[in-house]
Amino acid sequence: MKKTAVSFTLNNEQVDVLVEPRELLIHTLREKLSLTGSHIGCETSHCGACTVDMDGISVKSCTILAVQANGSELMTVEGLASDDGLHAVQEGFMQEHGLQCGFCTPGMLMRSYRFLQENPNPTEEEIRVGLSGNLCRCTGYQNIVKSVQYAAEKLQAKEEG
Amino acid sequence: MRQSPKKSHPHESAHLHVSGEAVYVDDIAEVNGTLYAALGLSERPHALIKSMDLSAVEAAEDVVAVLTAKDISGENECGPIVQDDPILADGLVQFVGQPMFVVVAKNYMAARRASVLAKVEYEDLPAIMTPQEAKLQGSFVVPPMQLVRGEPEKKLKDSPHRSKGTFYVGGQEQFYLEGQISYAIPKEDNGMLVYCSTQHPTEMQHLVAHSTKRDFNQVLIETRRMGGGFGGKESQSGLFACVAAICADYLKCSVKIRLDRDDDFMATGKRHCFYYEYDVGFDEDGRILAAKVEMVLRSGFSTDLSPPVATRAVCHFDNAYYLSDVEIHAMCGKTNTQSNTAFRGFGGPQGAIVIENIIDNIARDLGKDALEIRKANFYGNAERNVTPYGQTVEDNVIHELVAELEETSDYVARRAEIKAYNETSPILKKGLALTPVKFGISFNVVHFNQAGALVHIYTDGSILVNHGGTEMGQGLNTKVAQVVALVLGVDLSRVRATATDTSKVVNTSATAASSGTDLNGKAAENAAAQIKQRFAEYIAHKWGGDIQDVLFENDTVSLDKQSIPFTELVVEAYENRIQLWSDGFYKTPKLNWDKDKLQGRPFFYFAYGAAVSEVIVDTLTGEMKLLRADLLHDAGNPINTAIDIGQVEGAFIQGMGWLTTEDLWWNPKGKLMTHAPSTYKIPAVNDCPDDLRVKLFHNPNHEDTILRSKAVGEPPLLLGFSVFFAIRDAIASVADYKINPPLDAPATPENIMNAISAITDIVDDTDTNSGAKS
Repeated sequence: MKKTAVSFTLNNEQVDVLVEPRELLIHTLREKLSLTGSHIGCETSHCGACTVDMDGISVKSCTILAVQANGSELMTVEGLASDDGLHAVQEGFMQEHGLQCGFCTPGMLMRSYRFLQENPNPTEEEIRVGLSGNLCRCTGYQNIVKSVQYAAEKLQAKEEG
Repeated sequence: MRQSPKKSHPHESAHLHVSGEAVYVDDIAEVNGTLYAALGLSERPHALIKSMDLSAVEAAEDVVAVLTAKDISGENECGPIVQDDPILADGLVQFVGQPMFVVVAKNYMAARRASVLAKVEYEDLPAIMTPQEAKLQGSFVVPPMQLVRGEPEKKLKDSPHRSKGTFYVGGQEQFYLEGQISYAIPKEDNGMLVYCSTQHPTEMQHLVAHSTKRDFNQVLIETRRMGGGFGGKESQSGLFACVAAICADYLKCSVKIRLDRDDDFMATGKRHCFYYEYDVGFDEDGRILAAKVEMVLRSGFSTDLSPPVATRAVCHFDNAYYLSDVEIHAMCGKTNTQSNTAFRGFGGPQGAIVIENIIDNIARDLGKDALEIRKANFYGNAERNVTPYGQTVEDNVIHELVAELEETSDYVARRAEIKAYNETSPILKKGLALTPVKFGISFNVVHFNQAGALVHIYTDGSILVNHGGTEMGQGLNTKVAQVVALVLGVDLSRVRATATDTSKVVNTSATAASSGTDLNGKAAENAAAQIKQRFAEYIAHKWGGDIQDVLFENDTVSLDKQSIPFTELVVEAYENRIQLWSDGFYKTPKLNWDKDKLQGRPFFYFAYGAAVSEVIVDTLTGEMKLLRADLLHDAGNPINTAIDIGQVEGAFIQGMGWLTTEDLWWNPKGKLMTHAPSTYKIPAVNDCPDDLRVKLFHNPNHEDTILRSKAVGEPPLLLGFSVFFAIRDAIASVADYKINPPLDAPATPENIMNAISAITDIVDDTDTNSGAKS
């Protein structure tokens, strides 16, 4: 099948890649760009393990075509940390034990990252609604909610400081 | 003197999980020329394969090869106990979803697209779908088992009250977020390396060796971590390990197979659903005088692990209750469905839930609170303390544990509040239930209760530990590393745990039965203790003094007033030709089991717990919401409190999912229709209660387990019972708590509505009848 050239910004770097028109973004990220942090869980956009950030919204990269990402700004879990260290959501999930097997974690982190920009000071109920598109089979979610609360507080403190 | 073992260190891989660097099998950098396999699945539940035309599959774009049963050089078999589990169907298919052929292609999508192009001619045979049908037709994978104590028949007849009935509890898909996956790489001299997401690397090694005609020493299985297992990767990772290796062997190149989620649902086994018939006798106080139960499991088309699952169900029918005169039958029904397998609890939850249902019925029959009936039947401490299978319960803490939870959850007051609420709320009804757990710890097969570990100390003072257990998120590697750090008195950051590898610790047992830390922690402790002993001897000899007085703490080794940093001691010891590595071994003591008579001491100890759940049910729609849950669980003296609490919460929610939303439904043609998260609903963050209170019960293990901890993987799954019985309580309020709602699990809105309709009909009938009489 004839390939199409696609360009986007990925974790702050310009990327050009040749893809099939029917190729899914998750496959491009994992197979062509070797960013294996985003995971494939269900391939039907229900589980959220493949969640990435595209132009300021959370998307399930298993149901986005790579060609749709052309010209967009993408961020994956690999782009969360900076030279200053881990992002607050990463720290939160570590400190509050918001993970067990870790497979859903990259998707959870990317959703939490975006959610806390949509709603920097959420209630517990709002966190539960905000993360309801991401499944975890291990934790029972209690510590995931705490992780997001930890990150929210940390980001708020940073803002104020 | 010792470092507190109660530290809540983050998971050893947490920094990798959050950065996206944690490597799962599908993330391993691929060898050049790697090919991808996909399975062609049966579309009929039971049929002879008259012909299989694979020409369109072979001709599809990027397809390299198509393999069928005849291309398997070794045994076409991957059953863990009985040889009735073909890797690829050979002339006969026995369930919709059974793998019939493998297509290998240059990329993953090409293999998947080609896998549906086969033209198969079937000759249909009669199919058995349910455990009830299997029982009727005498279709079993192994002969029925039974356990009888006392005179149940006679005692039943003499009982002042009887309760008879049937009950059904559905199965459950493991839904590990990372699906089944194996990646096989041929190595020199007939070697075969398989990266496999499995709880049982040794069994994978054996199966790959048998199916590709190799010796065990030519096959290496490596498992760094799984994205969840829950039992689904104990035996059933085998088929995929074999398929990858068979293709790699056939094509002489690396082959990966990663199941699409739907194929994973269709091809692999789940938790067994159970159908029960019971008959119990009891007195005015609700004390059970005699109990008879018959449990029929849906085993699926092959034996897999059904016999030990049934055994564990038999051994957990008592749950926390003393049953003096009892008769338990278990039958492994052979059905034309996926071959059901291990799932967290391994038959224990299915064994225990039926007695909870019985007790719930007795309470309503007598017009008493179910908690009162539960207490009346609890195992005693000095008497009424022998299980139906002959093991004395020596560590019973259920009385004090339940008493504590009853108080902290404010059970009595909330019971009254809920009654009052329901009296004034015609549509929304609340329910409350407290359910206990007693769960036996150890493999029911005595010889599986052994483990090995290796501890290496390098000359820079860094330490590496490797053991036979596998990491699936439960924090096993974290706990084992903590044990090693504790023994050697060093900081945890000095210890690194590495991938499970069949060329390191050999002949391992599955990481299952909650036994991972108990077994591998002890083995690692034993290995570290041997090195410590060598250090102590060296120091005592060098400085003069008693070996027993040498102290290992804070990265320092000291004797009387002299001390040396751990790192310096390591170098000195090396230069003095002291062995800086050791193996370690452990076998669980005190166990014995007669599998034919179902008698002995199958369990080293018991873990206990209890939960209180409060739900609200909409009686017009069947919608249900868990409002609050209070959990109190006995994890012994925890090695890592945070990890254990995580296990308790996760297991509770998983148990709740099993009993409420997770519905496996087969259509009349024998096809599982709930085969993806679009139709099969595991709990999401919004299904969890806003108010979840979780505590560990302080109770160092009576037995000499690793740091006096208790296994915590499976037992808290049974805490989810409380949600189901709270729903039943809410439904019962519709008929003023006088009728037992015929509620089967899962308590989906549909089942809740059916139960409400049933008891409403009974009430209506009674009203009509009494009206006619008057």
